[in-house]
Amino acid sequence: MADASYPEDLLYHPEHDWAKVDDGVAVFGVTWFAQDALGEVVYFDPPEVGTSVAKDEPYAEVESVKAVSDVIAPLSGEIIEVNTALGDSPETINTDPYGEGWMVKVRLSDVSETDQLMDQATYVESLS
Amino acid sequence: VEQTTLKRTPLFDRHRAAGAKIVPFAGWEMPVQYAGIRAEHEAVRTNAGVFDVSHMGEIETSGEQATAFLQHILSNDVEQIPVGGAQYALLTRPDGGVIDDLFTYRVESERFLTVTNASNHEKDLAWFVEQVAEFPGATVTDRAGDYAMLAVQGPRAREVVQAIADRPLPARMTAEQRTLAGRAALVAGTGYTGEDGVELLVAPDDAPALWDELLELGVTPVGLGARDTLRLEVCFHLYGNDLMEERDPIAAGLGWACKEQTGFIGSDAIAQTRAAGPAERLVPFKLTGKGIARQGNAILAQGEQIGVVTSGTLSPSLDVGIGMGYVRPEFAAPGTQLEIDVRGKVRPAVVATKPLYPDEETDG
Repeated sequence: MADASYPEDLLYHPEHDWAKVDDGVAVFGVTWFAQDALGEVVYFDPPEVGTSVAKDEPYAEVESVKAVSDVIAPLSGEIIEVNTALGDSPETINTDPYGEGWMVKVRLSDVSETDQLMDQATYVESLS
Repeated sequence: VEQTTLKRTPLFDRHRAAGAKIVPFAGWEMPVQYAGIRAEHEAVRTNAGVFDVSHMGEIETSGEQATAFLQHILSNDVEQIPVGGAQYALLTRPDGGVIDDLFTYRVESERFLTVTNASNHEKDLAWFVEQVAEFPGATVTDRAGDYAMLAVQGPRAREVVQAIADRPLPARMTAEQRTLAGRAALVAGTGYTGEDGVELLVAPDDAPALWDELLELGVTPVGLGARDTLRLEVCFHLYGNDLMEERDPIAAGLGWACKEQTGFIGSDAIAQTRAAGPAERLVPFKLTGKGIARQGNAILAQGEQIGVVTSGTLSPSLDVGIGMGYVRPEFAAPGTQLEIDVRGKVRPAVVATKPLYPDEETDG
């Protein structure tokens, strides 16, 4: 697995999720820290397009060999796209958590919620 | 809130150095994985892996009544163990409930070493001490602090350990003293993975050097994560999941380890259950589609709950969800179609035969 990294252009949620926000739409995924804590992801159970997600609430499940974990939404909105490729290759969440390992694309219902997320420096600080 | 300090094995620094993820387990800080569960699992199935199982406890029983005492508390026929032999047995309550499952090594004619599960060691020791009062010629000694334990498992495990041993290694299900790289070890032909291999009981101070020696010989360090996937593929019970005081050995499929004619504590109740048939049976299962069943998931048939999953994981060897669970006896036959409620999603599964791996397809 790749070394720890936390891109500067993302916003971070304390449950180790990231959001990349662009013009009212955000892509969600989990951070390097989250995938490292999980271990090898073997199963991604995605939500359906059209589902509403609420900030701080679970919207999907990831399973490692060892355990299942909820994935928490960093922001609220409606899911407009799901990374279906993760169904066949969930290990991408480990190998490329910020790229091919993205999970869902969400049309945000309240862009001001982004104020409550951490920037990269704050999140990295919170891990130490 | 009671603050308990987690114990560390003599190999704790070695685990850190090998990049382990450390987790609390049964009161100990233990490595759950190093490189990754799949790679470690694969190493044991195809080559050789070493597990630190120093968290497990040891109880020594000695004296002229040692055999008689163990025959009274262990479910198997202790008299049948030859000197230098090993035997699996259950420790059972008068009602047949399982206190622990354990291996006993007959070190001398009247000296035995019994290996306990870490989570049960104190409970087992208290039970031994309580019951030994009726056997003035037997002495029970807690030896948990006197041993570190390494399990070396896999098709190449014996070859590797043989390379540092002074004499040929003991055969399967036997245990004898050997010298390994200059250090005394009780070497047992036992394990918990379904592969050939040995378990090594050594002085705690000798464990780090022995560990280093094994790693230099190409043995892969393996954590508790792969220990669980390996044992579940071959349907070995895990106490606390598949065995507990509220369940009996017959339901657990461990009737073969109970010899009621010896009159051990619990033998009457177990004989009755054996004759009448248990209310449930532990069965191995495979999911036939996606999903991974986990401990506590309900097992269903035609929408009605007929059992519960006690162990579940993804099988790294088979790449499907596997597990074991207790079901009503009429649903225990291999081939029976079941459904498992995996957090609200109903997943089809089928009762399989033991072991789950190797199965006919992968074993040729």
